[in-house]
Amino acid sequence: MNASPAPLAPTRAPSLHATGMRKVFGELVALDDVELHVRAGTVHALLGENGAGKSTLVKCIMGFYRQDAGTVRLDGEEVHVRSPKDAQAAGIGMVYQHFTLVPSLTAAENLVVARADAPAIIDWGKERAKLQAFMARMPFRVPLDVPVADLSAGEKQKLEILKLLALDQRFLILDEPTSVLTPDEADEVLGLLGRMAHEGQITVLMITHKFREVSAYADDVTVLRRGALAGSGPALSLGVERLSRLMIGETTLRARAERRPVDGDTVLELAGLFAHHPDGSEAFHGINLKVREGEIVGIAGVSGNGQSALVEALAGQRPLSDGRIFIRGEPFEPKRDAYHRFKVFGLPEEPLKNAAVPRMSVAENIAFRSFDRPPISGAGGWMSLRPLRQRAQELIERYRVKTPSPDTPIEHLSGGNVQRAILARELSGDVDVLVVANPCFGLDFASVAEIRAQIMDARNRGAAVLLVSEDLDEILELADRVAVMSEGRIDYVAPIGETDRTTIGKHMAAHGP
Amino acid sequence: MLGTAPPGVAMAKAKAPLRLGPAVEVVVIVTGALLTAAAIFSLFLLAIGHSPVRFFELVYIGGFGSSFSFQNTLRRAAPLILTGLAFAIPARIGLTMIGAEGALVIGALAAAALAVPIVTQGWPVALTLTAMALAAVFAGGLWTGFAGWLRHSRGVNETISTLLLAYIATAVLFFFVEGPLRDPGSANRPSTMPIGRDYMIGTLPGTNVHWGLVAGILCCIVLWLVMSRTTFGFAVRLSGGNPRAALAQGLPVGKLVVLCAAIAGGLAGLAGFFEVAAVHGQANAALVAGYGFTGILVAFLARQNPLAIIPVAILFGALAASGGLIQRRMGLPDASVLVLQGTIFVTLLAAETLYGRFKIFRPRGDER
Repeated sequence: MNASPAPLAPTRAPSLHATGMRKVFGELVALDDVELHVRAGTVHALLGENGAGKSTLVKCIMGFYRQDAGTVRLDGEEVHVRSPKDAQAAGIGMVYQHFTLVPSLTAAENLVVARADAPAIIDWGKERAKLQAFMARMPFRVPLDVPVADLSAGEKQKLEILKLLALDQRFLILDEPTSVLTPDEADEVLGLLGRMAHEGQITVLMITHKFREVSAYADDVTVLRRGALAGSGPALSLGVERLSRLMIGETTLRARAERRPVDGDTVLELAGLFAHHPDGSEAFHGINLKVREGEIVGIAGVSGNGQSALVEALAGQRPLSDGRIFIRGEPFEPKRDAYHRFKVFGLPEEPLKNAAVPRMSVAENIAFRSFDRPPISGAGGWMSLRPLRQRAQELIERYRVKTPSPDTPIEHLSGGNVQRAILARELSGDVDVLVVANPCFGLDFASVAEIRAQIMDARNRGAAVLLVSEDLDEILELADRVAVMSEGRIDYVAPIGETDRTTIGKHMAAHGP
Repeated sequence: MLGTAPPGVAMAKAKAPLRLGPAVEVVVIVTGALLTAAAIFSLFLLAIGHSPVRFFELVYIGGFGSSFSFQNTLRRAAPLILTGLAFAIPARIGLTMIGAEGALVIGALAAAALAVPIVTQGWPVALTLTAMALAAVFAGGLWTGFAGWLRHSRGVNETISTLLLAYIATAVLFFFVEGPLRDPGSANRPSTMPIGRDYMIGTLPGTNVHWGLVAGILCCIVLWLVMSRTTFGFAVRLSGGNPRAALAQGLPVGKLVVLCAAIAGGLAGLAGFFEVAAVHGQANAALVAGYGFTGILVAFLARQNPLAIIPVAILFGALAASGGLIQRRMGLPDASVLVLQGTIFVTLLAAETLYGRFKIFRPRGDER
């Protein structure tokens, strides 16, 4: 393969047909006789819940896994992909959810080192000329001489795609390509890819769970559910209603909790908060925000704009360099006594990583809030295990946590059940302040509906909720007010009724002064 | 997305498989590692022309063969119990502290140094020994507590700092026993002043095993209770299991880290106290006997469980006790026992990766 591909021929886009795909992990059937037909020169959406088998299918096609049965045909010819290298040779390339570029290298350097046959000694003059010629043929461009770290997320995403095109890969698999982009960037990238596909230059297979992207950009859809093919067809013929039926099957989702009007005083106040990364760069800058009783304030923003640092600061995981947090007018420090006194609770993202101790039991994990208070803790810090277990048992039933026993290590539970156990711990009591971060990340529909309803319930009971989410739909559904965080600043706050997706998107993309 | 476990998916119908508990898993894997080490060491013995059968026979005779040899074993097990705990307790909060040797030496030196003026003034025995023990625990605690503080406030890797502090401790010991605290009567072997027969801790009635064994076993039981049944232990396990979650619960993770590190040093210091007050009667180079380092191995084999440390320490006590016999009967150097210890350590570390690999040990329903 060469860094300077032949000029794009008009009919280069391959078709891909995977039939009878089956993959078993131990006793789990991850893929069961799945079929996928991607027509040449189309954008094909692969839709499904978390755990439906989308990633497994794609990893089989890419050679990360070997399927137990089934064949993959590219342009009608069977291909045997045993490793990602084989996939590359066959012209199948993948853009991952997380960037795979080297941040300290420039775009040009990244493009050259990505080649399988990158020479030991690089003649930069020659390479540059080739790259510039290549760029000139592309419908979108990225500055070649800037370190990747200084590119915006949209530019990085484009560079990832350019990287594949430079390697002459015409079947592109995109794994949730828009999760790190603003709505505008997403529209731009998907629009460009769609155009290239329809010109017959590439074929795109896009893993997603966003209906909006499917109806706007996909030609065909394949829906997986629990490792099996649930349905497929032209995107136009399948409405959102039908798609969601195919995705979740007959599961009934918890109805959306009603938003009751609550008019309260300010409970949580962030006053001029600053924090830094360990390397000294600024994580966020002068954050001012007030959250009233019975109000959900949603902080929207593209991943990596300081939201996670803000959540860490509120959770005591990151020191503030300046500013104060007040709760009901009193200064608040993220210490155990203050959490208890002010009734501050939190639902962090990826609970197994941030809110649980994987090796401790479900009961112990549920007791994190209460282990050092009566009735569990007695004189001299001696713990009574009976009330600990009793309380856990109660909450496990009330929150329908599926676990073999309260003594099972929590790491053995599924993601949704871990999240429910954490919900039980954080929401079962009297909650005044709730800090929530991407609570539904990686969960199935039923869990998502349940968790959002619980958050709304907490709000309706009078909690001041700060919801940090990268999922704009989640914020639009739950928040009373929305604040947009961009480059560590909050410059835009508006009641949800007075703003819309476009306005929020524009502020998400705004760059600081 | 890559590299994550295969996504959750439809469950195939299957008969409920036979499952054993995690406790069985530990025993099977640890035993497997020990047998592997024994096999590798046997090959080593064969290669240098000795009989492995004879070797293990002598280990048995030297360690457990008679009442005398078993008492010898227990005497050597006593400090190992404490130094094993000194590794196991900080390990529960996620620290890998390998410098118990240093805290033991510093504790012993503190006890001996304190004894010199007290003994000449004729304090009562019980009071003297208590003061010496406290000095040893305190000095050892400060020594490794410092490493914990460095870790918490400066992000210094505690494994490196404790290892280096162990070398410093040895140098400090040599400085004092060869300089300011040297007993002029100790000609060939520089030592501090002997505390004298009257001030030595006696042995358990009817044996020549000193009270350090009892102290060690008590410490194991107490710390096991503290770790499993108190809020302190719970907070330590929480902080060790997931520091981010612990911080989000408002726990003082930094303080707990320093405290656990200090407890470790205190335990090793206590071992040092017994070495002075029950074995040597003075501080000298004999204190640097590797108990601190063998303790790491003990804790590893016991999987940081305070109660399991007791039998494991006895096993390693036997190994150490049989060293002399092996030297005499087989003509093998004393260090051959260390070769076996090292081999065990390597196989044990390799075996760590086996946990969770065998489906038979997982609870039913967990089919990852």
